[in-house]
Amino acid sequence: MMDTSVIEATDLKKVYKMGEIEVNALAGVSFDVKKGEVVAIMGPSGSGKSTLMNILGCLDRPTDGEYILDGEPVAKLKDDQLAEIRNRKVGFVFQSFNLLARSTALDNVELPLRYAGASGKVRRERARAALEAVGLTDRMDHKPTELSGGQQQRVAIARALVNDPAILMADEPTGNLDSKSGKEIMELLLKLNQERGTTLIIVTHDPAIAAHTQRVIHLSDGRLEYLQ
Amino acid sequence: MNIGQYFIEAIESLTSNKLRSGLTILGIVIGVAAVISMMAIGQGAQNSISSSINNIGTNVLFISSGNRNQNVHISNPKPLLLSDVTALSDTSQVPDVVYVTASLRINGNVSAEGQTTSTEVMGVSPAYATVRNLAVADGEFLTEANVTSRSAVAVIGSDVATNLFNTTQDLVGKTIRIQGQQFKVIGVLESKGGGGFGSQDNQILIPITTAQSRLTHRGTANEVDQILVSAVSADKTDAATAEVTAILRSRHKLADGAADDFTILSQSDLLSTASSITGTLTLFLGGVGGISLLVGGIGIMNIMLVSVTERTREIGLRKALGARRRDIRIQFLMESLLLSLLGGAIGVLLAWGISAIIAQVASSSGTAINPVISINAVLLATLFSAAVGLFFGLYPANRASNLQPVEALRAE
Repeated sequence: MMDTSVIEATDLKKVYKMGEIEVNALAGVSFDVKKGEVVAIMGPSGSGKSTLMNILGCLDRPTDGEYILDGEPVAKLKDDQLAEIRNRKVGFVFQSFNLLARSTALDNVELPLRYAGASGKVRRERARAALEAVGLTDRMDHKPTELSGGQQQRVAIARALVNDPAILMADEPTGNLDSKSGKEIMELLLKLNQERGTTLIIVTHDPAIAAHTQRVIHLSDGRLEYLQ
Repeated sequence: MNIGQYFIEAIESLTSNKLRSGLTILGIVIGVAAVISMMAIGQGAQNSISSSINNIGTNVLFISSGNRNQNVHISNPKPLLLSDVTALSDTSQVPDVVYVTASLRINGNVSAEGQTTSTEVMGVSPAYATVRNLAVADGEFLTEANVTSRSAVAVIGSDVATNLFNTTQDLVGKTIRIQGQQFKVIGVLESKGGGGFGSQDNQILIPITTAQSRLTHRGTANEVDQILVSAVSADKTDAATAEVTAILRSRHKLADGAADDFTILSQSDLLSTASSITGTLTLFLGGVGGISLLVGGIGIMNIMLVSVTERTREIGLRKALGARRRDIRIQFLMESLLLSLLGGAIGVLLAWGISAIIAQVASSSGTAINPVISINAVLLATLFSAAVGLFFGLYPANRASNLQPVEALRAE
């Protein structure tokens, strides 16, 4: 099973029009990611790594090129179809956690299941299991403001995993954390990858984090500079 | 998501900003309360006017000179004369009429014992008391003898008595002056109370012949302003109208096909005129209330737009987690709908309070208006406020649902 490609990107291009000027954010990027791999995307700011992450996470469509995610071609899907793909196949972990401040940890983790149309009982069970997996069993009913940064990011990871996605996209997951909690979060992500086999894609500019991954995709000026 | 979850999320979102939600609701509360209480007051006024018209008696016909139909122009309508009254009193010609009386309105101040008051002086015949259903509390009403001899006697209403003498007791034999001439009070009318329109308590009645001969008035010596007849019963008013019309047309020598030069109004005519006026009034008042409801709706739209802008990042996150456009749209529509429905419910209660207060104020100032909150008005206001919530929530909700996740997540 390790040989199955979960991401097949072929000649991805993204062109932004800013008035008269066309900006080539991605100028033809091709690569594969195997199921269960841990991959880092690196590159200086403006290299197109955010654009690539948005396309890989189905938040945006490429202007041209083919993208097959977990066996489904998604490059030409409509907005609402992409929303369903994100719901089923992609988990997001953001730099700034992005938790709903007025909801408890449990409610935050349940949110993707609500959009999946799961029943209340299933939602509770799976959200509790996800929070247990990230080690927050005793913090389920706390609101984000009552949690430390590391704990908030754990809630976000539980939320990303609750729908059992094909890929987990982490955008600078330790960027807002001190080095100790950052290390713990990285260890947690890698542990979950090993236990569950969830493909992990980390966007970062920190070589120390990239060192934990099996492969690094370096981007420069919208092109694949090299695969490490 | 099912509707219950949208509902719970909307409640959570609205309660997380109570002051703002409260102020937004207030706009709808005032709008709905204005619509319902204004319509209730209009309905109350309509009922009050209808009941005072009903007090006239269902079988009375009012005959006046000239044609009131705006499409008919009569250049020189013949006046109504005392001889017309006599002709209409012939029961062989008008079998469906029981009582006939006439009135002549006199202008001028009335004074007594140094007090002056402005009131309505009417020259009438004795049958007037029966036709208008008047009773004498003290003394007696005008008699045929008073009319024949053109006596300088008067029957005064209770309000007039109070204005001139500060009492309604022991006034028989007192002297009042009308247009400077002395009249002896022979009776005081029983108070009818209420009745905003042509109060029967604020009038002085004198013999019609006295009014024609001794006081100055419009028209010729024998002329009367109005003839009032009572039909035998309420269901004979149409027959009575036909008989009266035939007699007056022949007396006025109108050719066949010529328009009547007089107008006969029945109580039902007055009722329909009055209700068309009060209906317009109610509509107008409701419209004024409707404008404030519209303003409240704009308030909702404003707040929802602010809310969408503030929560752009939240919308981006929800979309990243799999929310479709429909999910976001329903989420925001649910919030604006809840705001407007809650405002509508509180507005109905407030309207109920306002109506009760208005009823108190009206009755203490002597005008009996009982505001009526009809179930229709409540349903209308509820539906209307829900529609306002949906209509003014739709634009912000669509705006939210059309946000692109990438851009929304990037928002500060």
